[in-house]
Amino acid sequence: MNPAKRAVALPPSVAANPRLGDWLRVLPSGVVEIRPGKVELGQGVLTALSQVAAEELDISVARVRTVPPATGVSPDEGYTAGSLSIQHSGGAIRLVCAEARGRYLAVAAATLGVPESKLTVADGQILAPDGRSTSYWELADDALLDRAAGGEWQPKASAAYRVVGTSVPRLDLPDKLTGRPRFAHDLSPEGLCYGRVVRPPSRGATLTGLDTTMALALPGVLTVVRDGGFLGVVAEREEVALRAADRLRADATWERRPTLPDSGDLPAFLRSAPAETIVLAERGTRPTGEQIATSVEATYHRPYLAHASMGPSSATALFRGREDGRLMVWSHTQGIYMLRAELARALGLAEDVVTVAHTEGPGCYGHNGADDVALDAALLAMAVPGRPVQVVWSRADELTWAPFGAAAVARVAADVDAAGKVLCWHHEIWGNGHSTRPGSTRSVALLANAHRAGGEEIEAAAEPPMARGGGAGRNSVPDYDFPAYRVVNHRLLDMPLRTSALRSLGAFLNVFAAESFMDELALAAGRDPVEYRLACLSDPRARAVVESAARRSGWDSWSAADSVGHGIGFARYKNTSAYCAVVAEVEAVSEIRVRRLTIAVDAGLVINPDGAANQVEGGAIQATSWALKEQVRFDRYRVTSDTWQAYPILRFSEVPAVDVELLPGNGNPALGVGETAQGPTVAAIANALNDALGVRVRALPFTEENIVAAMPE
Amino acid sequence: MNNDGLIASSVSVLVNGQRREVRTEQDTALLYVLRNHLGLKGTRFGCGTGLCGACMVLIGGRATHSCDTPLWAVLDKEITTVEGLGAADRPHPVTEALIEGQAAQCGYCMSGVTIAAVELLRRNDDPSDAEVRAALDGNLCRCGAHNRIVRAVLAAAAELRAGRGDAA
Repeated sequence: MNPAKRAVALPPSVAANPRLGDWLRVLPSGVVEIRPGKVELGQGVLTALSQVAAEELDISVARVRTVPPATGVSPDEGYTAGSLSIQHSGGAIRLVCAEARGRYLAVAAATLGVPESKLTVADGQILAPDGRSTSYWELADDALLDRAAGGEWQPKASAAYRVVGTSVPRLDLPDKLTGRPRFAHDLSPEGLCYGRVVRPPSRGATLTGLDTTMALALPGVLTVVRDGGFLGVVAEREEVALRAADRLRADATWERRPTLPDSGDLPAFLRSAPAETIVLAERGTRPTGEQIATSVEATYHRPYLAHASMGPSSATALFRGREDGRLMVWSHTQGIYMLRAELARALGLAEDVVTVAHTEGPGCYGHNGADDVALDAALLAMAVPGRPVQVVWSRADELTWAPFGAAAVARVAADVDAAGKVLCWHHEIWGNGHSTRPGSTRSVALLANAHRAGGEEIEAAAEPPMARGGGAGRNSVPDYDFPAYRVVNHRLLDMPLRTSALRSLGAFLNVFAAESFMDELALAAGRDPVEYRLACLSDPRARAVVESAARRSGWDSWSAADSVGHGIGFARYKNTSAYCAVVAEVEAVSEIRVRRLTIAVDAGLVINPDGAANQVEGGAIQATSWALKEQVRFDRYRVTSDTWQAYPILRFSEVPAVDVELLPGNGNPALGVGETAQGPTVAAIANALNDALGVRVRALPFTEENIVAAMPE
Repeated sequence: MNNDGLIASSVSVLVNGQRREVRTEQDTALLYVLRNHLGLKGTRFGCGTGLCGACMVLIGGRATHSCDTPLWAVLDKEITTVEGLGAADRPHPVTEALIEGQAAQCGYCMSGVTIAAVELLRRNDDPSDAEVRAALDGNLCRCGAHNRIVRAVLAAAAELRAGRGDAA
């Protein structure tokens, strides 16, 4: 098959990084190197992108080697975030590989004296009808790809896919399951030494006294770094660095002041703090008069949530010395170029002397401490030029100092007619924004910088535009056919606890609120929650996931039993990405137990079904953990949920059975799946809980305390 | 603090069948000895307080947190890390089943999970789903790979039983 030559639109990543050779290289050894700018976060994206490359080039996946992204050599694809890697990087790899194939085939045609249209490719061998052949490997020539992509080669039609759409095993898992070094924490360059940072004992504390004598006297301590309230130590051995950090902590005096709100009534704080109010979306006008049978409203709340990855943030940095001036940083950041710019800004260096190389990290669910620890490592490395310094955060620092998913309040109101049909919907949100990533704030967005002498606090998170999925406003716009709606966001201008992107951002609360409220409306109208939703859902793909999840869960044949309930939740992530419906089965006896989740997802074309199912199931289990257990705890000074005991997450024996169905793609383009299940899962659990107990719990998490508080007096 | 702990000395440890010499303080956590002194990076730091299971190794056959086990406590013990469970060409049946079942996402917790599962199957080669979950309850996983992991451990158990049957 010879793809037709006609210009196709360049995907945004290719338009921004047009040189083909920046994306891939053919090596004479029979390997194709690809250089996606998106990074592996534990979600399996490298495997999916390798499949896309193999598909377009007609080679086996085993021949594809992914090059870990680094600034200066990899295309700048922004952040690996928002469930967009398959759309962005996948689209780019697809196009450049189709073009690379075309360019190699043109050379092969000339070499073999056969028209391109007569050539076929089998695992890189290029075959002429008369049996003669050549190969990518024989023709390997970097000059062929030293040009801008033109979009003149049409990628394959999805009907022709052989590799895309199959469950190729994850390429990185054999290493990770046999203990081979692969994580940022495992780097051990020659001369490595170990750094630890001593954070202030509370938010806003000032370092008023420090005696470094004892710490410096420990054998193997190389240096102590103090810059304002930033305090760290570097030692030859990790165990010495830990001991020295403990010593420093004991020998430092801080002045503390209360900066945090009253955690006993967080919703009251969120609703009364200074805020910027904007209308995020609006349709139609609120009806008046007799059409409206009743107007109802309810208010929902989520606490701050921690990323709580199993591995604390880590980075390694090497400063070559004042004369050379170069700084090398190895990091599990989600955005190597943005981190480079932010490090340069914080350290007063030119960007071109800083290199950020990505190394894989523990599970990443959003903007965690990865960027922060890179500055920690850089600050310590600059104190020991020529020596690479590795910093690993403590568990306590990870749970208390990394950015949090934002606490928020959502109030939903509706005017309904006599049959319970929504005439007008109102959704209003109060809380901090969801992005303080490097590049999105005026002040330097790295924790240590705020503690350094002259450092500024990281400013309150902004609200990304709804066209990009929004932040606090994500999924606040109804997916249903309501004739009128209005969505308002109150973005807090102060940020007592740093908030940033955590898997699904505002969608977790907004879908919980909207889909709980849909259930409340359905029940008030005496209607079945599934039927009620379908009655105002015209998008056939949305209907299909709702119908499918209901059918597979046995919704219609459900027989009510004491203390057991079922409930449904639905959303199309960001209103533009994958469709997801979840049916939860909950048992509420001595404690709340989610027994089963039945999930239907339509993500269009699925590159790797097993990988996608793994992502959806993982997201649903994580959302179950958020829903049942999780909340960041704090007093007026400090975050107190600093251990796994104070911040418990779901354990093996508490994990529900999960059934994931991926609906056929039907020729629709690929959509990301990493965040699609978060909102529908919590909503389904809330609705099942109400079905089981007859109690509508509107405050997360669903702990005994919040359930009792929700019971009628 | 044990004052002896402040003085580095040379001691030998038995890890993955090999006797190895290390120089550090005797109260150093085994985790750092394994990762940095011996270069066995498969054992992970998760919390440092024995609450998450990422750092588990077998000590005398028992799954133990290496992050809060001091070196002096293991000098006469046999230590097995995830690297010592199988060979590159012949992974341990639990590892094999985990790979086969694609039973991970980020993989950071998996060395500890693997160790805990191996210990379970040595005690009980025919566990129920609930017994596997109970045995792994001290191992936290944040990505939500739990159900895949449980299925893989059950598959490994079946494999081990079948292997024993063949040998008999």
